[in-house]
Amino acid sequence: MASSLYIGDRLHRPRARGFYSRLTGGDEIAYLITLVSAVTIFVIVALLVGELWSNSQPAIKAFGWHFLTTSTWDPNSGKFGALPFIYGTCVTSFLALLIAVPLGVASSLFLAEMAPPKLSNVLTFLIELLAAVPSVIYGLLGIFILVPLIRDYLVPSLSKVAGFLPIFHGDFYGVSFLAAGLVLSVMVVPFIISVSREVLLAVPVEQREAALALGATKWETTWQIVLPNAGTGIIGSIFLALARALGETMAVTMVIGNTPKITASLFSPGYSIAAVIANEFAEASGSLYVSSLIFLGLVLFGLTIVINALARILILTTSRRGA
Amino acid sequence: MMMEISPKRRVVNAVMLSLSGICTALVIGVLFFILGYLLWHGASSLNLAFFTKLPKPSGETGGGMANAIVGSGKVLLIAALIGVPIGFLAGVYLAEYSGRMFAFCLRYTVDLLNGVPSIVIGIVAYALVVRPMKHFSALAGGVALGIMMIPIAVRTTEEFLRAIPNSMREAALALGATKAKTIFSVVIPAAISGLLSGLMLNLARVAGETAPLLFTALGNMFWSHGWLRPIATLPVMIYNYAIAPEEDLHQQAWAAGFVLLALVLVINVTARMIIARGPAGSRR
Amino acid sequence: MATPQRQQILSEPVTPIPDTAESAKMTASSKLNARNLNFYYGSFQALHGIGIDISSNKITAFIGPSGCGKSTFLRTMNRMNEALRNTRVEGDLRLDGEDLFSMDVTDVRRRVGMVFQKSNPFPKTIFDNVAYGLRVNGIHKKSIVDDAVERSLQHAALWAEVKDKLQKPASALSGGQQQRLCIARALAVEPEVLLLDEPCSALDPIATLKIEELLFQIKDITTIVIVTHNMQQAARLADYTGFFLMGKLIEFDDTKKIFQNPARKETEDYVTGRFG
Repeated sequence: MASSLYIGDRLHRPRARGFYSRLTGGDEIAYLITLVSAVTIFVIVALLVGELWSNSQPAIKAFGWHFLTTSTWDPNSGKFGALPFIYGTCVTSFLALLIAVPLGVASSLFLAEMAPPKLSNVLTFLIELLAAVPSVIYGLLGIFILVPLIRDYLVPSLSKVAGFLPIFHGDFYGVSFLAAGLVLSVMVVPFIISVSREVLLAVPVEQREAALALGATKWETTWQIVLPNAGTGIIGSIFLALARALGETMAVTMVIGNTPKITASLFSPGYSIAAVIANEFAEASGSLYVSSLIFLGLVLFGLTIVINALARILILTTSRRGA
Repeated sequence: MMMEISPKRRVVNAVMLSLSGICTALVIGVLFFILGYLLWHGASSLNLAFFTKLPKPSGETGGGMANAIVGSGKVLLIAALIGVPIGFLAGVYLAEYSGRMFAFCLRYTVDLLNGVPSIVIGIVAYALVVRPMKHFSALAGGVALGIMMIPIAVRTTEEFLRAIPNSMREAALALGATKAKTIFSVVIPAAISGLLSGLMLNLARVAGETAPLLFTALGNMFWSHGWLRPIATLPVMIYNYAIAPEEDLHQQAWAAGFVLLALVLVINVTARMIIARGPAGSRR
Repeated sequence: MATPQRQQILSEPVTPIPDTAESAKMTASSKLNARNLNFYYGSFQALHGIGIDISSNKITAFIGPSGCGKSTFLRTMNRMNEALRNTRVEGDLRLDGEDLFSMDVTDVRRRVGMVFQKSNPFPKTIFDNVAYGLRVNGIHKKSIVDDAVERSLQHAALWAEVKDKLQKPASALSGGQQQRLCIARALAVEPEVLLLDEPCSALDPIATLKIEELLFQIKDITTIVIVTHNMQQAARLADYTGFFLMGKLIEFDDTKKIFQNPARKETEDYVTGRFG
């Protein structure tokens, strides 16, 4: 190849092998840099846990695990107890799930099984947009739209119909467990829908076809074949939604009332772990105060980790079975 | 013997179809209600002053959120500078280099980080940045949001790099390219549209985050110079104004909510459309 | 295949290099030699004691039933198997007398090029595809790259069809054109050996014919080793043919001899279509 001698020379330049040439070739550097980034993530998470733990120490030392069962929260006298916040977090999350789960699962069934594919895709896209709406926007709508609506329509009817029940007792001023639970349910529904839908779609087509070929209606196929198959996964999606609800801060703190109170009535104002941290952290003075808030953060952290892990196991089991 | 499908079963089928459809319609209805109300109320409260003026002291009307808009931009910039390189490079490691065990541990850790409530991340950023510096800052806010950006960056990078078929890598290797050159001159460019849209979704998500900024970046009624002072951000301003007593501030909260939501939704829609049209899009 | 025959083949000694004057000629002008080459996927031995001399500027074909190791051996020749996990290679492999395994692997792959079964152009323009190998090896000067791209595309019998659309994406080409593009891309770095792994198996007869014609032409500028499951193709193209079976090189000789007068029964069985 006489005409290509010029390139030939440059290409045939022998390369010294060994560490130096590999270094300049970029391979070692690329490997090291990407590895370091990956390790950094481990470091960050370790730091996270470490900081939470060490900064909670003053509160842990002062209160021990009684912290979780005490209901006094009095910054002035230095007495701190987590119970009202744990209670509030649980009540609002539970209420949210109560509303969101039936709504969400039914919608996911519709989208995955009953609706025509084009419609399903468009609607799913829109629902995923709902999940992208920032929490503070939900809070805004909660304060100015939802709370007046509840106050003017929902509460009067609930009191009339079921006022004898302790959960619907008492006066309603707007901000309450009820309002927080309702806002949370709206925020959590898109998660249930999108994860449940994916789980349902993962059930093999052959199973559905077998049932339909035997003459089952769409609904019967869904209820008797697809749903049991996907059942564990859907429960997983509920756990995921629960984890989200537990950690939700802004929308809750804007409509819950920010009063540390343990009471059966949903009409009463209350408080949640995330809400109290959001409200009081910036101005908290005194190391015990701050440390107690961080201790609360640690509790919340632990709770969400456990529930997320459970959710993942449930979802993984379903997908493995369906594969 | 031919069995006719009983009318009862037909009815049940129809009823269930309608019920589930109604539930879906309800959910969609909420979305449109949110968008619609915010559009109407928020857009009508928008004026030029919103974008150009600083907040006025309590009692006076006519302020704006110019500093918060810029502030959000600055905090997001820091967040991206922290979260994106770490997340992207770790994602490259997962997709191209990692062994099975390490990959499992890393993915689990990343998922764990993703599940941490944003307020807890705010606490950590407070402990790591605000405490040593003894004051709130844009930097602290950026650190908090940056940590939140990492999990999504890792996941989208890994997903889109893995979607590039191995035959592409083999072709490059067979021409004498090193593994690093293959990754950076063939695989990453091939996945670029997915990677960029993942970045956009990531930014849109943290742009709306309020909780972690409450005690890291805190807030500021004036311009914040540099990166080491407390700084106003759009979501925090919305929160502060919404819970304030003055009606004028409520209007501004609506306007700000509209701007924030519009931004977040536009970025979301654009990013998802890019993904849907890309090479991995046909999967969904 | 029945077990006793299988046992017989596996228990036989490794490939004897034909001890003839012809073989002496081959060794003298050989570009690539292998001796006692073994290859393992984990604990499974995929290649048993391969010994072969590939002659310069000739076309050598590897034939054999599926899973016989011909592709595995091909990929050993440019060390592509190293990219897979849990593989091991033993033995001797030399390029112009140089030990392939002690050379820098990217050097090996520049000098021993490969075209794959399914065409795999990069999602770049036609020009950038062909230029990729040059750029990755440090050649960026526009005039040189332009020249090399044109030359490679001409060798690959593609220049006339794409010269006006070099900036169009490679994905716009047809299957046969894409494969010729991959050949041009491989040729651009001036490989001393070009390995082709069933390059026409996904193509229609006309596209196949075009590629076979161009292989004849580029014989002069490089050494060609082609794996094919199409015996007629081997008979048409190759100067020398090697028959592989169960990881061993059963017979390697002039193509005419392999097809008309094979020395081994297994070869005869295969080329006359008695199995596989």
